[in-house]
Amino acid sequence: MSIEVRHLTHAYAKGTALQTVALDDISFTVREGEFVGIVGHTGSGKSTLVQHLNGLLKPTSGQVLVDGEDLNGEKVDRRALRRRIGLVFQYPEYQLFEETVARDIAFGPKNMGLPADEIDRRVRRAMESVHLDYAKYAESSPFELSGGQMRRVAIAGVLAMEPEVLILDEPTAGLDPRGRDRILTMLEELRARDHTTVLMVSHSMEDMARLADRLLVMSEGRLAADGTPREIFGRPELMRSVGLDVPEAARLCAALRQRGYDLPPDLYRMEELRGCLLRLWKEGNAC
Amino acid sequence: MEEKQVRIQLEDAAYTYEGASSPALSGASAIVREGEFVAVLGHNGSGKSTLAKLLNALYLPSEGRVVVCGYDTSREEFVWEIRRRAGMIFQNPDNQIVATVVKEDVAFGLENLGVPAEEMYPRVESALASVRMSRYADSAPHQLSGGQKQRVAVAGILAMEPSVLIADEATAMLDPSGRRDVLETIRDLNRNKGITVVWITHFMEEAALADRILVVSDGRIVKEGIPREVFSDVEGMRALHLDVPRMTSLAADLRREGMPLREGILTVDDLVKEVERLCPLKSAI
Ligand SMILES: Nc1ncnc2c1ncn2[C@@H]1O[C@H](COP(=O)(O)OP(=O)(O)OP(=O)(O)O)[C@@H](O)[C@H]1O
Ligand SMILES: Nc1ncnc2c1ncn2[C@@H]1O[C@H](COP(=O)(O)OP(=O)(O)OP(=O)(O)O)[C@@H](O)[C@H]1O
Ligand SMILES: [Mg+2]
Ligand SMILES: [Mg+2]
Repeated sequence: MSIEVRHLTHAYAKGTALQTVALDDISFTVREGEFVGIVGHTGSGKSTLVQHLNGLLKPTSGQVLVDGEDLNGEKVDRRALRRRIGLVFQYPEYQLFEETVARDIAFGPKNMGLPADEIDRRVRRAMESVHLDYAKYAESSPFELSGGQMRRVAIAGVLAMEPEVLILDEPTAGLDPRGRDRILTMLEELRARDHTTVLMVSHSMEDMARLADRLLVMSEGRLAADGTPREIFGRPELMRSVGLDVPEAARLCAALRQRGYDLPPDLYRMEELRGCLLRLWKEGNAC
Repeated sequence: MEEKQVRIQLEDAAYTYEGASSPALSGASAIVREGEFVAVLGHNGSGKSTLAKLLNALYLPSEGRVVVCGYDTSREEFVWEIRRRAGMIFQNPDNQIVATVVKEDVAFGLENLGVPAEEMYPRVESALASVRMSRYADSAPHQLSGGQKQRVAVAGILAMEPSVLIADEATAMLDPSGRRDVLETIRDLNRNKGITVVWITHFMEEAALADRILVVSDGRIVKEGIPREVFSDVEGMRALHLDVPRMTSLAADLRREGMPLREGILTVDDLVKEVERLCPLKSAI
């Protein structure tokens, strides 16, 4: 499934004194199977943007095309579309409402009219994906969980629908390091196995360095840059000017370059850095 | 040097949620002194938020004792004294927002403290400025972005100028510069005004800046020490579903490959210095 965003603009409270232009003429295309990272400062418009991609918010102007078809066109069955494009909200805890964790996760698949055994299979698989012990938590109330556990339930609820496009708004915020790693690995697997298209919003440049094929950089409601992580993280001044940063590997590399060490200017992954530092130590030069 | 006053004292404290079969926190003992910056780490569901809520008397220990600024939290007549001294930034900012206008929300705590109006206004202004939210003073909190809400929640506690500040993942939804701003603001209060800080986080890099770290696992405090000690045990931390700062982990990998880096590396600066020591530039020799 491909998604094309054309001149998308969104104003909240349009026509009132409180009007806020949250998105200003955004255009980009996401190809099937791509992993796109969306980064941007607080209030830059990321959540507003992703809520347009499954039709929850309507553009003030511009279009969102899914496989070439206007998402807000008259003929489109938006309910059906939302099953194919799953969105995990930034504070997904608010979407929880069922009495038990298992029922909450089953809600989507049940609405899709799947048979009971298939629903059960999906619930178990989704819980495993987010590292929530089925035996321990399936019958718990989602409201008697810790913050990070609730977030896992909410992510599992969207995974259980097995959408073709998965959109996640800060999925790893509030997860412990093991949980964060688990979710990222699961996303890598989904992409490799099912060619799921993934759009992930995150403030973690490290997560982006690990997963993204491509980064969209938002600033003040506009698309400030669109490129590969190597291109984007190779521009630390740009990143800092929009309130962001580069991964720590790139920071260490820049600090050493500044002191005269001959390291590549566009290095941003830990593994690359590790190799370079070892060569530097063993052979006296890094590359 | 004379020992600083004890600000927080947990004595074998436990808490069990209603209807739960086992306690969310038990046998917790710890002491935090005036002016300390203590980070709390622990897996999801380990009991960190439960601990935080015991510290400002939102929950009362089902066993043991919790004493904050000299006041036993189980004595109802002290609850007010505790809350005015121990300010808490909640894990989810929506649970903290009470007013319909940002500046009123930030002023809410001050009103409760009985701060006079003429003093209130500048305090609200400066708290909003320190989290870079001045231009949203008249906005509606529920119409803010996730990170903006979190900044407002932080401002509300900063304005109260508590002597003990408990932050439950106060930077979880912030962008990198916002995270730096908030952490710097609070570290500044800690160093220059002697405010005691309990900093709950999932970011190991933040914990590396603390004076001391407490690690919670399955409802128990299982480790305690200065960052260099706690993070020297890479495998131990991973076994607790945690990690060590990235630079610590990189240094450990390089050491395994034979590079004789010193122990205790936590930050980019630490590693830069070690590279300079082990791999001097030819031109510099
Ligand atoms: N309201 C509640 N009712 C019953 N049990 C609860 C409630 N809140 C939390 N718990 C349970 O208590 C334990 C500790 O939860 P707590 O919220 O303190 O964890 P935490 O360390 O803050 O986790 P996180 O990192 O996810 O925020 C968990 O097992 C959780 O399921
Ligand atoms: N319901 C709303 N009504 C009015 N304005 C809103 C509403 N939701 C968001 N805004 C404003 O629109 C802008 C973009 O908000 P958005 O939530 O998309 O930002 P974001 O990039 O997701 O930020 P964060 O990283 O903090 O989550 C912000 O200035 C915000 O205050
Ligand atoms: Mg957002
Ligand atoms: Mg918590």
